[in-house]
Amino acid sequence: MIRLVPNHATRIKRSETVTFTFDSEPVQGHLGETLVAALMRAGHLNLREAPNDSAPRGAFCCMGLCQECAVIVDGQVVEACRTVVSADLVVERA
Amino acid sequence: MSDLNDIAVVGAGPAGGNAALVAAQSGARVVMLDEQPAPGGQVWRGKTASILLAPVTPETTAGNGLRSALSESAATHLADTRVWDILRNGDHWSLQILRNGATEQITCRSLILATGAREYVQPIPGWTTPGVIGLAGATSLFKQTLSLPGKRTVVSGTGPLVFFVASEIRRLGGEVAAVITPNTRADWARATPSMIGQPKLLARGALWMADLILARVPILWGHAVSEVEGRDHVTGIKTINLKRGVAGLSFATDSLCLGNGLIAQIEAAQMLGAAIRYDPSLGGWVPVADPDGATKVDGLYLCGDGCGIRGAAAAALQGTLAGARAARDLGFSAPSPPVRPWQRAERFGRAMTALSIPHADAHALTTQDTIVCRCESLSRRDISTEITTGATSTNAVKSGKRAGMGPCGGKYCQTAIAALIAEQTDKSTSDVPPPTPRPPLRPVPLGQAAGDFDYDDLPIPKPAPL
Repeated sequence: MIRLVPNHATRIKRSETVTFTFDSEPVQGHLGETLVAALMRAGHLNLREAPNDSAPRGAFCCMGLCQECAVIVDGQVVEACRTVVSADLVVERA
Repeated sequence: MSDLNDIAVVGAGPAGGNAALVAAQSGARVVMLDEQPAPGGQVWRGKTASILLAPVTPETTAGNGLRSALSESAATHLADTRVWDILRNGDHWSLQILRNGATEQITCRSLILATGAREYVQPIPGWTTPGVIGLAGATSLFKQTLSLPGKRTVVSGTGPLVFFVASEIRRLGGEVAAVITPNTRADWARATPSMIGQPKLLARGALWMADLILARVPILWGHAVSEVEGRDHVTGIKTINLKRGVAGLSFATDSLCLGNGLIAQIEAAQMLGAAIRYDPSLGGWVPVADPDGATKVDGLYLCGDGCGIRGAAAAALQGTLAGARAARDLGFSAPSPPVRPWQRAERFGRAMTALSIPHADAHALTTQDTIVCRCESLSRRDISTEITTGATSTNAVKSGKRAGMGPCGGKYCQTAIAALIAEQTDKSTSDVPPPTPRPPLRPVPLGQAAGDFDYDDLPIPKPAPL
């Protein structure tokens, strides 16, 4: 089939993979990528419960505005879309 | 950082970056503050350190050009910095910023706001389900990490962005289950004359569409996503034919990119006293500013999508205009760039914005049980009841129901709430302005706002004599 938009997937070179934990579960991510990208790739979409109806929520705006991807790293609430993956990072549900 | 700057620029996208460049060239002392690790804004966002090698796109080239010019410029760039409050102090501005986990103050004589845009997403049943992300949000994933929202994605929304996102998913090796757009082919035909002036962008858009058609990706014109299925993650979506009001095809999918155009981030400008007006072809409520960014507020300049959605090309040109104007007003010698190129780019930008703004029938997609305010989990019914009991302004709904007081600060509910108020009170949308903006402009962790202090240092007044 003719593709006008080429598939570039094989031409992308990424950094080494490192392991961090989300909710005590090991997750692989590329060093330096955003936490949200690594969590999405690993199928962790459900990141927190909404405060009033306990409904599942996950990353939404991906640009640091909506606060839906809030998780806890080092005791601080951070946005997963503005936090970078490093080895042994411990990420908890907010 | 307590030294007085001549000019502070908030935002390092095409507008802010170019404003800082031009102002610094004139000899002014310039500081540019931006939330992201590298300049580029949303549209020319830089890649994270995880990408070692990748094919170059037009956005990469434009962003790299701006980044390298700024790195050689005398302008100081404060990255990963959030501006959360701005005050007028006599003849200068004081900006409260959050950087490296602490609050600092920056002062400047003149202020250029290039705060850019955010996305409007029409609330639909299930839009809070994990796996639903914004259309512009998806582009942020692509640009930063070249990663995908899922394995098989439905892309839905208005304007050219829906085709860009679908095309990027294919370029990065993902599968597009369907493209669903409320726009009709006739909408696009009407916009074409305004696009002739930007042949490169027109050709790029045509290529995205042709590729999807060749790949036999279903494109549903005049349709919208009516419901997202799945509980803790997306499993599928339903569609509606907007003209006939009947159900369209359904698709199994693990992710949905959803968006209804961009809206200007006007809160900072509004808070500092800039007048606002309603212009749908600029994305809704926009602050009033001259083409060169000057406003009626002394020492305040605005440029880029933050004063109306005109797109990246127009933003870059207006940044240059505003940077030069602000520098000249302070007595520096800066050239007066021509306004014509900006006017040409603006024409294209307005046409794209007009395609992107939600159709009048979009609000019917928000059913009574649909969450409108994500932060407080308030449904359309909750908001409507509040309006019925007399809350006929966005401020009133905010104080009555907390819609706009949650962590996002109203960024993702106010447009929908204003539309509900307009509909229920028989007003025009142009008569329902957004609520009064209040600091913090960005969420600030309380510990960081308070900074380091010792309880013993707090001045405690002597108790009053009995």
